[in-house]
Amino acid sequence: MIFLWGSNAREAHPIFFHHVLKGIDNGARMYCVDPRYTSSAQFSDVWVGIDVGTDIALANGIGREIIHAGLANQDFIAHSTQGFEAYAASVEPFTSEAVAAICGIPAEVVVEMAHAYATADKAQILWTLGITEHHNAVDNVLSLCNLALLTGHVGRWGSGLVPLRGQNNVQGGGDMGAIPNKFPGFAGVDDPDHRARFETAYGRELNPVPGLHLTLMFEAMERGDLRALYVIGENPADSEADVLHARAQLESLDILVVQDILMTRTAEMADVVLPASVAWAESDGTVTSSERRVQRVRPAVSPPGQARHDIDILCDMAEAMGDELGPRDPEAAWDELRSLSAMHGGMAWERLEAAGGLQWPCPDEDHPGSAFLHGWLWADDLEGREPAPFSALEHEGPTEELSEEFPLRLTTGRALDSYNTGVQSGKYDSPLRFAGLDLNAHDAADLGIADGDQVRVCSPRGSVEMNARVVSSLPRGLAFTTLHHPELIDVNVLTNPDWDPKSGTAEFKAAAVRVERIATHQTAATAGASVG
Amino acid sequence: MSSVITETAVTIQVDGQEVAVPEGATILDACDAAGVETPTICYGPTLTPVNVCRVCVVELDGSRALVPSCSRPAEEGMVVHTDSERVRHSRKMVLEFLATGVDVSQADELGQWAEHYGADPDRYVPGGETMDEPVRVQDNLYIRDYDKCVLCYRCVEACGDDAQHTYAISVAGRGFGARISTEFDVTLPDSACVYCGNCVAVCPTNALQFKTEFDLRQADDWRPEDQTVTQTVCSYCGVGCNLELHVQDNQIVKCTSPDDHDVTKGNLCIKGRFGWNYV
Amino acid sequence: MADLHFGEDQPTEAERAAIDAIVSQAEAATVVETERVVRGGRSRRRGLRHQLLPVLHSLQHEIGWISPGGLNGAAERLGVPPAEAYGVATFYELLRTTDPGHRDDVVHVCVDPACAMAGNDDLQASLEADGARVHASPCLGQCERAPALFIQGVGRPDQVPADDDEKFRLPQAGDPGLRVLRRVGVVDPTSLDSYRDHGGYEALAAAIEMGPDAVITAISDSGLSGRGGAAFPTGIKWRAVADEPGPDKHVVANCDESEPGTFKDRIVCEHDPFAVIESMTIAGLATGAPHGWIYIRGEYPRATARLEDAIAQARAAGLLGDDVAGSGQRFDIEVRRGAGAYICGEETALFNSIEGFRGEPRNKPPFPTTHGLFSQPTAINNPETLINVLDIVIDGPDAYRSVGTERSPGTRLFCLSGRVGVPGLYEVPFGTTLGELLDVAGEPTGDLSAVLLGGAAGVFVGPDALDMPLTLEDTREAGATLGSGVVMVFDDTVDMEAIVVRIAEFFRDESCGQCVPCRVGTQRQHEVLVELQSSRQPLAPQRAELIDDMALAMVDASICGLGHTAASAVRSALALGLIGNSQ
Ligand SMILES: Cc1cc2nc3c(=O)[nH]c(=O)nc-3n(C[C@H](O)[C@H](O)[C@H](O)COP(=O)(O)O)c2cc1C
Ligand code: SF4
Ligand code: SF4
Ligand code: SF4
Ligand code: FES
Ligand code: FES
Repeated sequence: MIFLWGSNAREAHPIFFHHVLKGIDNGARMYCVDPRYTSSAQFSDVWVGIDVGTDIALANGIGREIIHAGLANQDFIAHSTQGFEAYAASVEPFTSEAVAAICGIPAEVVVEMAHAYATADKAQILWTLGITEHHNAVDNVLSLCNLALLTGHVGRWGSGLVPLRGQNNVQGGGDMGAIPNKFPGFAGVDDPDHRARFETAYGRELNPVPGLHLTLMFEAMERGDLRALYVIGENPADSEADVLHARAQLESLDILVVQDILMTRTAEMADVVLPASVAWAESDGTVTSSERRVQRVRPAVSPPGQARHDIDILCDMAEAMGDELGPRDPEAAWDELRSLSAMHGGMAWERLEAAGGLQWPCPDEDHPGSAFLHGWLWADDLEGREPAPFSALEHEGPTEELSEEFPLRLTTGRALDSYNTGVQSGKYDSPLRFAGLDLNAHDAADLGIADGDQVRVCSPRGSVEMNARVVSSLPRGLAFTTLHHPELIDVNVLTNPDWDPKSGTAEFKAAAVRVERIATHQTAATAGASVG
Repeated sequence: MSSVITETAVTIQVDGQEVAVPEGATILDACDAAGVETPTICYGPTLTPVNVCRVCVVELDGSRALVPSCSRPAEEGMVVHTDSERVRHSRKMVLEFLATGVDVSQADELGQWAEHYGADPDRYVPGGETMDEPVRVQDNLYIRDYDKCVLCYRCVEACGDDAQHTYAISVAGRGFGARISTEFDVTLPDSACVYCGNCVAVCPTNALQFKTEFDLRQADDWRPEDQTVTQTVCSYCGVGCNLELHVQDNQIVKCTSPDDHDVTKGNLCIKGRFGWNYV
Repeated sequence: MADLHFGEDQPTEAERAAIDAIVSQAEAATVVETERVVRGGRSRRRGLRHQLLPVLHSLQHEIGWISPGGLNGAAERLGVPPAEAYGVATFYELLRTTDPGHRDDVVHVCVDPACAMAGNDDLQASLEADGARVHASPCLGQCERAPALFIQGVGRPDQVPADDDEKFRLPQAGDPGLRVLRRVGVVDPTSLDSYRDHGGYEALAAAIEMGPDAVITAISDSGLSGRGGAAFPTGIKWRAVADEPGPDKHVVANCDESEPGTFKDRIVCEHDPFAVIESMTIAGLATGAPHGWIYIRGEYPRATARLEDAIAQARAAGLLGDDVAGSGQRFDIEVRRGAGAYICGEETALFNSIEGFRGEPRNKPPFPTTHGLFSQPTAINNPETLINVLDIVIDGPDAYRSVGTERSPGTRLFCLSGRVGVPGLYEVPFGTTLGELLDVAGEPTGDLSAVLLGGAAGVFVGPDALDMPLTLEDTREAGATLGSGVVMVFDDTVDMEAIVVRIAEFFRDESCGQCVPCRVGTQRQHEVLVELQSSRQPLAPQRAELIDDMALAMVDASICGLGHTAASAVRSALALGLIGNSQ
């Protein structure tokens, strides 16, 4: 049994979805929880269209039903978890009727899902940004983890919790310490023992204070505490929620340096642009996928013009500041990492050359890598770890409530042929490309909008014009657009910047908007945004 | 994610040589293990065998007709001949037949086998029926030149059950009039096609061709001998698909994916397959 | 389960109604339960796929063709990708995927040998002169009343005018020596009571009494072999299915009958439908298969109606359903119509056709007894084979063996057509010689030049074969076959070259196109024969060699029996000198 929750993997992770399909072909049932009837939902046995931002209520309701129906895995709970009593008490108010009212779905479906999940032989929960692009992202994730702990559907072949990473190397970035509070291998910067290890290896003192994540950086810019910004391969001038505000902050900096392969909007705003080579096609190195698989990237073409490898640019920068970062050699850098991060210890460069790469943890050179992570939950001694904690969680809807002025919920997402802000994917000629607003037929009719009309979408933060498309994949009251075409449609002008203090992610998935028609289809066809 | 292989071995005889293969292996696998090369057209390592081309047939003791080695499971004690008169004859005829109706000029492997078996497509009645299809250029990503199509079903399988589950194309019509087609032959952009290019990747005859290759060939500038192939990882989502970048004159000219990679099995999505031209 | 994508084309009201008549919106592949709950998924879609051909039939019948909107409507209702639905629709001769531009009935005129000898071209010309929409058709299974017609109705029932014509009689009706045809022309085929009055359903009662094992043993001991063409021992087939575990098993009656020259199954199904149903029921109980299917060719409207009616009566009488005749076992039958494809008589193609896929044969092994319909164990038999079971169960194997030969026990149905005294269906004991059989059918009409034995997939034999006993062993020895019981007679006035070219064309048209040897081989074989016909020269040695080379590859490397036999009639005609000499 598969729960696809807040993920349109068919479009956002197509090859991963091939593997899901194999499971479905072999008889797995799939429940798809998503406000939209996505192309992934088309493959599901049951699609459940909850209101945006009501995931915790649903998860709690499912948890309550599992407990009340006597379907919780008592042995697993006793052996491998802690905090069950508090969790059970916390979900008590979430009767299926209460959940039905919050989520906008029939109560019986809540019960059905609970039973399907709890009684399945093997079950997985897969999620993506539908869970994490919310102001309470981490709580959303924890609410799903609770279900796995309740049933023991975790840490075994065929059962588990599967977050899908949106980018080819976000996992790798985190593993390598490109997050504010960790060294490579997830060693906390505020842990003196770890710090000592890294200080020895790097031959210098290291700052013990965790850094700022992107959202906090923008707050620091606003306060005037942060005056210089060095951006490598990001496009916050398009990708931040409430992007007009974000651009104003970037404008206000004393100096903005951008290192990128293409002239993004952020690069256009920069004082200095450092042209970089394309990591995956022009240079040597590694990336790490969602399943913690470390694989080699290799240069296929040589970089154009003055573009240089990131490693060279960074080392030169360090030199210019009078420091040495070590050899400019990807393999040497990798070996340094292996010496510091135990989970990468066994991943010799030659082993990575072999097709398929290796999945961490891989502590020594004889270790085959690890297909899944949480097998320890099933060990008699839990491998000496603490039992996994349940989390008691409250439901909070989206921070921006619908109002008379802004009566529609706008949610954002990804389409198959495009990627993030479209800097890379916008360059090829996709016959599938569509840039505009998807609307439910009833809402469109109420607003006097026909397919192809040009509309203005307004949120409390600004307004954007785009073409409308009437679709059957949305329930009433919900509108949808992708974020791939900022040059045509500046969607993040609209999105809600309220962010999750635990992860730093903004609530891209839920803004309140108003939609008005500005031109009919014929006029729009000549005047409006169209991509081709 | 390597699947568990039951290591019960089956021993069969290929051209007098005993070979042991795991249970579930095919006669073709046994031929490979015995070092006997076998021509194949419709077989693909990532696809469920459809055994339609019949070029891989072998003689199996006890079987009246020849059997397709690509799909027939090896069974203990089988005695197989791959180079008997009958086998050579049927293989030759299949290759000859194909060359009489289809433009096989870009199907290199097929051409080599045709030579090996002495196929002579010129001995047929002049002016016989051929595929006779126009090249379909309907977008900028890939083209369909069904004059080159041998109806091996590989594209249909890749678009359908074996990988993509999009089912944008199917075999339509019957007999010699059978063609690969969308519904009512609507153009690809009007069909269900999501441009994963997985069909292109499995086509053995170049009937399906990336537009980049097609354009270079039109300009007489397609030079495989000058191309390098580099394996790397796709820059888009976090699945970690491996890419093989084919580069000519420091330009990427097409993108494929290794068949033997656990994650992709030769497949990609539109972004990985075509989304490289910003490089 | 797929990325379902439908173009702009929507079904019209009439098309929607045609779809609703087979599968309602409530049963659709995807059901919008509420605005927030949609049910769909793989198992729903798989469960509906076998309705594809019935839905396409319904559209064709109501509208006269499968339009893009109609196809989309059907595809959406069933959750079938439109490209696949199109692939299925274009497989069948009776389904049109181009707009005919009218809503008139279509008159199918047979162009195969029996009808060619009977002046089908004159018939066609006169129909066209009357403004009919004429369509050339392969054998329509009415060779005894050639030239044959079938009217495909648009918005009204299909018709076979000859069905109502008194002059077509059953030549042996009432003959006491008959077994399989005992009731044909005697019993009222629309009445269960009449069937019972003629001994009907005694065999089922006996079979229930005996139990499955004893029934199968009796069939094996009787030496009954299949009458559909391949002559496989029926007892072995049934035993294999009975030995498979689990309840998901099937019994299929193969009434596709499209072998040129064959019309026996039509007559049996029209005139003794309850016998088909009773014997299938025995097969179901004996093999432990609760699901029965009758696959009948689309050009047999009366046989279809009579079988459906008989099923309804049997069901009402408790002879089909959850508890068959008090046995405590379940067995019921669904009827499926073919849509104009000879290949769908091949057993595995037939399964694919029922399942809603293109009627392409599957490679064997695995065999139907383990991987048949829906990949489940299946006993598939010709109706003639099945009806033999009734006597075996009642009288026992020894009585059954009292006629026929040791290796070909019992009787056989023969479809006599062409230049014979009284064309029609005849039952004679195995071992009757060809000459004796022709005598049974009355004075020949001319100087016999050749007999096509076993149909287009069979071989021509010359006058010297009149002494050949018609048994499996004797025909095999002579390099011939009884096939489906075709005995088509030619005299020296017939243009044999035209006949053989047409046979080659038949195989070219009917090849499913899946495998290279047959798809291309049948095409090239036809081209060589057309060249020969137009050259009016003797066959050149290199052409003879090419024909042999192609034949060998088709026999050796094709997937199914169509390719295996596509050259046999042609080569026998050459060997006998019927064609290939300059004229
Ligand atoms: C091209 C082709 C067409 C066939 N058509 C028929 C048919 O119309 N009716 C039939 O009973 N068997 C037909 N057969 C034979 C079936 O595949 C199968 O052997 C038969 O139905 C088994 O039943 P039996 O054992 O009672 O003969 C055909 C075989 C081939 C290769
Ligand atoms: S590109 Fe992909 S979706 Fe399109 S036809 Fe080929 S396999 Fe199917
Ligand atoms: S297009 Fe290519 S892959 Fe598809 S059937 Fe033809 S030859 Fe095979
Ligand atoms: S032999 Fe002919 S009819 Fe049979 S599978 Fe092959 S192509 Fe189809
Ligand atoms: S490769 Fe085996 S039949 Fe085509
Ligand atoms: S009906 Fe015309 S040949 Fe059979």
